[in-house]
Amino acid sequence: MKLAQYVVQRFIGYLLVLFIGITITFFLPRLMPGDPINNYISQVQARAGQSLSAEATQQLRDSLAELYGLQGDIFTQYRNYLARVVRLDFGPSFTYYPEPVSNILLDAMPWTAGLLITTTLLSWLIGNSIGLIAGYFNKRRWATILEVVGIILYPIPYYILALVVILLLAYWIALFPLSPTFLPGPMTWNKAVSIIYNSFLPALTLILAGFGWNVLAMKALAVATKEDAYVQFARLKGTTDRTRMTNYVFRNAMLPQITALVLSLGFIFNGAIQTEVIFSYPGIGMTMRAAAGAGDYNLLYGAIILTIFSVATAALILDLIYPLFDPRIRLGG
Amino acid sequence: MSQPTKPRKLRKFNLRLAIGLTIVTILAAGSLILPFFTSVDPAAQGTYLKNLPPSAKHLLGTNALGQDIFWYLVFAVRNSLLLGVTVSIGITAISTFLGLSAGFIGGWYERIVVVFMDTFITIPVLPILIVLGAIVRGNTSFFVVAAILIVFGWAWNARTIRSMALTLREREFINMARFSGAGVMPIIGREIFPYVYAFMVVGFINTILFAINTEAALAVIGLSNVVIPTLGSIIFWALNYNAIMIGQPLWIIAPIVTTVALFLGLFLTSTGYNELFAERRGVA
Repeated sequence: MKLAQYVVQRFIGYLLVLFIGITITFFLPRLMPGDPINNYISQVQARAGQSLSAEATQQLRDSLAELYGLQGDIFTQYRNYLARVVRLDFGPSFTYYPEPVSNILLDAMPWTAGLLITTTLLSWLIGNSIGLIAGYFNKRRWATILEVVGIILYPIPYYILALVVILLLAYWIALFPLSPTFLPGPMTWNKAVSIIYNSFLPALTLILAGFGWNVLAMKALAVATKEDAYVQFARLKGTTDRTRMTNYVFRNAMLPQITALVLSLGFIFNGAIQTEVIFSYPGIGMTMRAAAGAGDYNLLYGAIILTIFSVATAALILDLIYPLFDPRIRLGG
Repeated sequence: MSQPTKPRKLRKFNLRLAIGLTIVTILAAGSLILPFFTSVDPAAQGTYLKNLPPSAKHLLGTNALGQDIFWYLVFAVRNSLLLGVTVSIGITAISTFLGLSAGFIGGWYERIVVVFMDTFITIPVLPILIVLGAIVRGNTSFFVVAAILIVFGWAWNARTIRSMALTLREREFINMARFSGAGVMPIIGREIFPYVYAFMVVGFINTILFAINTEAALAVIGLSNVVIPTLGSIIFWALNYNAIMIGQPLWIIAPIVTTVALFLGLFLTSTGYNELFAERRGVA
């Protein structure tokens, strides 16, 4: 039962990682100076023009403490917090009171997932195909040119790429809107088209951002793999360049790239923050930014735990499916 | 009298390293030296007339806040670089120590370190910084940002160094040293360190990129301390005042060009160094 043992081991590791991650996100903000409740109350007071009585302030403080789960000593709070996380209950959002945080996150999730999963896959496919061809024919001049493009694109920070794309395609050549507008109401053909049109710029920047790394990594892998003895053997057998490139080189060079793909799918909620804020795109990242601005801690915590959960789950899935892709891994062999 | 030297093959000139180092040296030296020649705080608003075009006095003009764009940019590069180097020193020290010790000591110690590595890789830095930024309300001091980047950034490097330590552990010369009676620390210091050194240099530069990028990303969306000039805060202000729409393209294009140059320079330095090192060791 080697397999069962492996799966159980991985799963325990997964739970441990989740537990420590959630614990750290609980304690860290509490070590920081500043108090969310005081922040919020000073906001309310500023709006009310100092007209709140001391009792009203105290009442507000108590009800906030209850909502945030900040009653009792820190260990009681921690226990309650863990219990709520397990039930996926992050309490009500403050900005959209009494809407529960989980509902808000569920509403925002399809936007982020739709945009980021599509672009991550596209960027992976295009980047790896180009990297494979450039690596397999690495002596050609155009392969070098492609590599230079990858080298220039890869280190550029995401927000810079986004700004350049906005300047070029939304400002100087006004092909696309500066910020998206989505039609309300049920999904119709028109709505689908408008979503694609309005998501085009954020999608383009995300594809460009992932593209450089995929090209460089795949090229390096393909160059290394094509010198392997089994590829030489296939060449002597008289296979075509095309067959060797796809069936021999790609299938082996693909493995580390699958790791990268699954991990980057796990990081989508993290990667979405910059995109969504820069493009005012209504997903998890935008929710997180708005919650941070409004001091909506329940919502922020919910979003963070969602990101931790998705990264850890991606790593777990990777560990579990890897033996399927790589025949060289034999469990307990 | 000079020794007759053998005609040694000249070490291949590495173009990437040369270009990268040139860019980084110009930007680093410029941003560290130039601030001594001005007494004006570039972040102070209303120092000059607003929206002046570029001139000899204001190389890149002034912005809608009455700040000199060129000087603001100089201070931004300096602050971002200082943050990057500080964070990178911290991360390199921690990750080298934990990675090597975990790889060599093994046992329970290694398991505990590995669990923490996996956890810290899982925790996303940007959201954590957003929460902390929300709690301290934009008063995040630079040191706090640096400390958080170190705490949440060491794990990737540590993981790479640990796996290097794992393969090195089984090599002949390590066994040789061990059988000769060398302790763990001397082995790590004298036998392992030279091997890990090249990765540390590359990792050090890449970590600078990571730190500058994360702080800038936070600043661009307005969640770092945007009062301090950094490569991110300059863009935050330019976006906030719609620099392009009000006819001040330089306000946003100058930091974009500078950021691209700096990142490209650092990246070329790190990959160029990697290539050069591999060639010298005959690995490539």
